[in-house]
Amino acid sequence: MSFVRTIPSAPLPPPVEARGAVLWLRQNLLSGPFSALFTFSACAALLWLVPQLWHYFVADAVLSSPDGQACRQPGAGMCWSFIANKMEFFLYSSYPRDQVWRVNSCLVSGAVLITWLLWPSARSKRLGGALFFLVYPVACFWLLHGFEALSLRTVPTNLWGGIFVSLLVSLVGIVVSLPGGILLALGRRSQLPVVRFVSTLFIEFVRGVPFITVLFMANTMLPLFVPENWSPDRLVRPLIGVSLFASAYMAEVVRGGLQAMDKGQYEGAQALGLTWWQMMRLIILPQALTTVIPGIVNTFIGLFKDTTLVAVVGIADFLRTVETARLDPAWAGPTISTSGYVFAGLFYFVFCYGMARYSLLMERRLSSGRKR
Amino acid sequence: MSASPAVEMIGVNKWYGNFHVLRDIDLNVARGEKIVICGPSGSGKSTLIRCINRLEEHQSGRIIVEGTELTSDMRRIDEIRRDVGMVFQSFNLFPHLSILENCTLAPIWVRKMSKAEAEDQAMHYLTRVKIPEQAHKYPAQLSGGQQQRVAIARALCMSPKIMLFDEPTSALDPEMVKEVLDTMVSLAQEGMTMLVVTHEMNFARQVADRVIFMDGGEIVEMNEPQAFFSTPQHERTRLFLSQILG
Ligand SMILES: Nc1ncnc2c1ncn2[C@@H]1O[C@H](COP(=O)(O)OP(=O)(O)OP(=O)(O)O)[C@@H](O)[C@H]1O
Ligand SMILES: [Mg+2]
Repeated sequence: MSFVRTIPSAPLPPPVEARGAVLWLRQNLLSGPFSALFTFSACAALLWLVPQLWHYFVADAVLSSPDGQACRQPGAGMCWSFIANKMEFFLYSSYPRDQVWRVNSCLVSGAVLITWLLWPSARSKRLGGALFFLVYPVACFWLLHGFEALSLRTVPTNLWGGIFVSLLVSLVGIVVSLPGGILLALGRRSQLPVVRFVSTLFIEFVRGVPFITVLFMANTMLPLFVPENWSPDRLVRPLIGVSLFASAYMAEVVRGGLQAMDKGQYEGAQALGLTWWQMMRLIILPQALTTVIPGIVNTFIGLFKDTTLVAVVGIADFLRTVETARLDPAWAGPTISTSGYVFAGLFYFVFCYGMARYSLLMERRLSSGRKR
Repeated sequence: MSASPAVEMIGVNKWYGNFHVLRDIDLNVARGEKIVICGPSGSGKSTLIRCINRLEEHQSGRIIVEGTELTSDMRRIDEIRRDVGMVFQSFNLFPHLSILENCTLAPIWVRKMSKAEAEDQAMHYLTRVKIPEQAHKYPAQLSGGQQQRVAIARALCMSPKIMLFDEPTSALDPEMVKEVLDTMVSLAQEGMTMLVVTHEMNFARQVADRVIFMDGGEIVEMNEPQAFFSTPQHERTRLFLSQILG
């Protein structure tokens, strides 16, 4: 029969996709009446918004105005001069100016260590982890607080403040809340009734009251529980409050991940003779945490912004320093106040957006090749 | 037969709430013996073999595995689980680990083997189940039959004395059933003690020393395959066989 192929046909190349800017436009932006409507309204909004932003941040912005006079002109934009003038105050608040190298060392080494740990292909993360979680907190505490033997004079925590304290509170909250949340979530799902009861009680209690209440309680009640000379420092109390609060929220996120796990994964691990801790650490948690990365990062972002509330217990965090700076008579004026708030907004946005982007990157990395 | 049996079940009973799933189970499995368990859905087959490695807890009677009695003592349970391999209907591979890591995890953490040694051994068993070239893939990238063979290799990497199979082929497409059964047949020929829940009656004829028929939580009939299939003693067995053999 002549119509039967006698040699196998060569594999065909994959079809070449039609390309071109016009085609792309038509497929992605103008694929129907709704799509076209959205595209045009979005374009109109951008046309309106972008020039405004350009004017505020660049064209009408005041770069240099030593006395702030130019910033008070009607129609003046962002007062960068104010930000530059107050930058030290924003960063360190009342930390003695001749000692700020100590703060800077902590900020820089912290940034280096965090980059090391978060960089996907970085080497010897174990060492990085040990440095960050064990050495760094102790070293920075001594450096920031002072260590007379090394002739570092003591700087009491009531002088601490500004961006560095905001970062400190967030970092402590983040570093404590993840393991704390994991333990609480495991506790809540435990077979042991007492462990389960205590975990559930803690989570529900902390979640059931406003964050400000937790801060006030940490501030006023912690000193009552411990002998007077052991009473925690005024900065440590809100740190404990933030950590407890974030842990309770984190616990529920992690529990969601644990609940989504297939029962077969537990059975597969048990049948191999893994102990409970091995099963959790090697099989269950890696998968459960990966599925809830968006929730975890969401909690981190919430926590980062909530740290502005520590101001209510007298900690001069970044937002507090902006408040103080804008009341400086030399810089008083509505446009200057606005500049301060806009700057604070930018600061928080940059950090939160960074966290969000990083979590997307991790999600993609962890899911590629492993799941269908 | 050697002196002490591999598995000894004496008067085992189990309830789920008020539902009596296992009723007075008495069963001795000798070392090297292959037992096939069949029976209608819900008759308690899975529950029975899952009691042997304590994935389910029995409420009365005694279960003795390789000379160790199962009690609520966690250390004994872990000891027994190390020596009892299990293959599940749904594979239960760990999707976040590569095939090789699936096979080396337990030897490294439970048997305290070195990584190199565990990997050598894993490659040995992956070669035996005929998929050494898949070692660096992830479970989701394999076909069902390949995944089940990995699951068998993973269990064998712990050098178990007993292997439990819970319907290992019933989640597979027909063309993949054979590759898994072939693996199980060769395992049987090497003298592994096996308890297999399956409806593959040809497998039972070929390798089983005894076939058990369960219904309503009881062992209704237990016999050598020849006699079991040709002259079933009980009406319920006859009915079941006529349904399953068509
Ligand atoms: N965790 C549980 N809680 C309550 N009842 C259960 C539970 N697991 C199983 N059962 C019931 O116990 C009975 C026996 O279940 P089992 O899984 O042992 O049956 P099986 O013989 O393996 O059936 P199949 O062939 O469908 O797998 C079934 O009626 C089932 O509904
Ligand atoms: Mg079953």
